[in-house]
Amino acid sequence: MATAEGAAPRLTRRRRRQLVLGGEYAIFLVVVIALLGSADWHEIHANFANWSIAKQVFPDIITVGLRNTLIFTITGFTLGLAGGLVLALMRLSSAAPYRWFALTYIEAFRGLPALLIFVFVGTGVPLAFPGTNLPGGVYGQAALSLGLVSAAYMAETIRAGIEAVPRGQMEAARTLGMSQGKAMRSIVVPQALRIVIPPLTNELVLLFKDSSLALFLGITLQERELSKYSSDVASQQGNSTPIIIAAFCYLIITIPLSYLARRLEARQKRGQR
Amino acid sequence: MIEVRDLHKSFGDLKVLRGIDLEVAAGEVVCVIGPSGSGKSTLLRCVNLLEAPTSGTVIVDGAELTDPECDLDAVRRRIGMVFQQFNLFPHLSVLANVTIAQRRVLRRSAAEAQKVARANLERVGLADKIDAYPAQLSGGQQQRVAIARALAMGPSVMLFDEPTSALDPELVGDVLGVMRRLALDGMTMMVVTHEMSFAREVADRVVFMDGGVIVEEGPAAEVIGAPSSERARTFLSRVLDPAAAQVGEVEEA
Ligand SMILES: Nc1ncnc2c1ncn2[C@@H]1O[C@H](COP(=O)(O)OP(=O)(O)OP(=O)(O)O)[C@@H](O)[C@H]1O
Ligand SMILES: [Mg+2]
Repeated sequence: MATAEGAAPRLTRRRRRQLVLGGEYAIFLVVVIALLGSADWHEIHANFANWSIAKQVFPDIITVGLRNTLIFTITGFTLGLAGGLVLALMRLSSAAPYRWFALTYIEAFRGLPALLIFVFVGTGVPLAFPGTNLPGGVYGQAALSLGLVSAAYMAETIRAGIEAVPRGQMEAARTLGMSQGKAMRSIVVPQALRIVIPPLTNELVLLFKDSSLALFLGITLQERELSKYSSDVASQQGNSTPIIIAAFCYLIITIPLSYLARRLEARQKRGQR
Repeated sequence: MIEVRDLHKSFGDLKVLRGIDLEVAAGEVVCVIGPSGSGKSTLLRCVNLLEAPTSGTVIVDGAELTDPECDLDAVRRRIGMVFQQFNLFPHLSVLANVTIAQRRVLRRSAAEAQKVARANLERVGLADKIDAYPAQLSGGQQQRVAIARALAMGPSVMLFDEPTSALDPELVGDVLGVMRRLALDGMTMMVVTHEMSFAREVADRVVFMDGGVIVEEGPAAEVIGAPSSERARTFLSRVLDPAAAQVGEVEEA
């Protein structure tokens, strides 16, 4: 430090930072120009932003693809939330077998690829229990798969939320004559759910993306969700435009949701002070 | 009304209560004083079994809480408790704070629960805050809502654990005023407090605890005015005149 300053006394720290920053911008610019220059704009336009193909995917990409994606996500999230709440309460139960079951479930399902669960629900369950039909067909299977996976994650989130509710809340409720369960249900859980809304919103974003795994369930044309629908059309047409449109459909939902989660989180942090 | 016999409580190896015998008659107000860590809160929490005693007997309003067969939830309805930190339910309005246990535990109708809530909020001088949320109230107001919440269950005994210790000095008076009126109305009360003037004025009896035992008990004028034990004298001189006490006490500590 001392020697560097001695060799170039005029290079103040501020000046040196400006130089480094300037260098970084220069490199960035060179790379961007090189990429733009080497790209075949005509090809890119024809392949990724092809207007006539774009027109063909509407309105199906919305009325079939996005619609099914939303149905899978929302039903899966609802099942997962209910399951996660039950698992969280089991995890905190004073009965050891409940705790063990919940812990085993949570560890198992968090440790498995979601894809495996979908394949298991799609093929394993019908093979293992012949004649059983989940209500709703593929919709039921997708909801169950997503629910099974997300319940494990949500259980841990909800448990943390329950533990974040001050102990005095439970004590105040018990002093008023509420049983453990009643105090949990009417005082602790409602507060815990408020605490976990931001992380659960993030979970919803993850589920929204994971709903694309429904393509492993053996679905009909009308049951295709965004990813499957757009990749089918893309391969039929030999053109990537539908993929780009599907990508925008995902982002239109996920970006506002993530933003909302961050806002809620920031608001909670402020409220805690 | 409250009967505590040979009560012991340990947390692991730490013996917090070492043989407490105490009786509180119906309509009596007993203040519990003593240095920090002497086990006052633990004693109070053992009276409604929020803390399970290691051994001993607790009988409140004819029900033995230490009996394993005892329906604790049923007995607790008759024992109101007010905490140092208020412990209002932050997600519920003032009205809902006061009605929720009436509805869920006593199964009162919404109309009746609201009527009882209004009457009790009026009693603590907060009828106009019915729609507010706890976070919008001052500490003193929150504590008074907590008192109304306990009273709405129609308890035969009220337990107070340092109800004014978390309050700004200028808010202490309102809460003590509510408690004073409650005492005049004939409520049986057990109050852990550092407010010596309140104890002197309101308490029928004062209990001085130290090291997990009752060192001295008797009329307020005696225990606070002319304590017979050295420990009580030391404690009271510190509490009544902290500035003067500290000079002499530094050596001992
Ligand atoms: N849940 C617990 N686990 C372990 N130790 C505890 C627990 N609750 C209280 N204690 C210990 O028991 C002792 C008595 O505590 P207690 O709260 O009854 O004292 P106190 O007289 O109310 O004091 P203060 O005036 O500070 O409130 C303290 O040493 C405390 O650390
Ligand atoms: Mg205490």
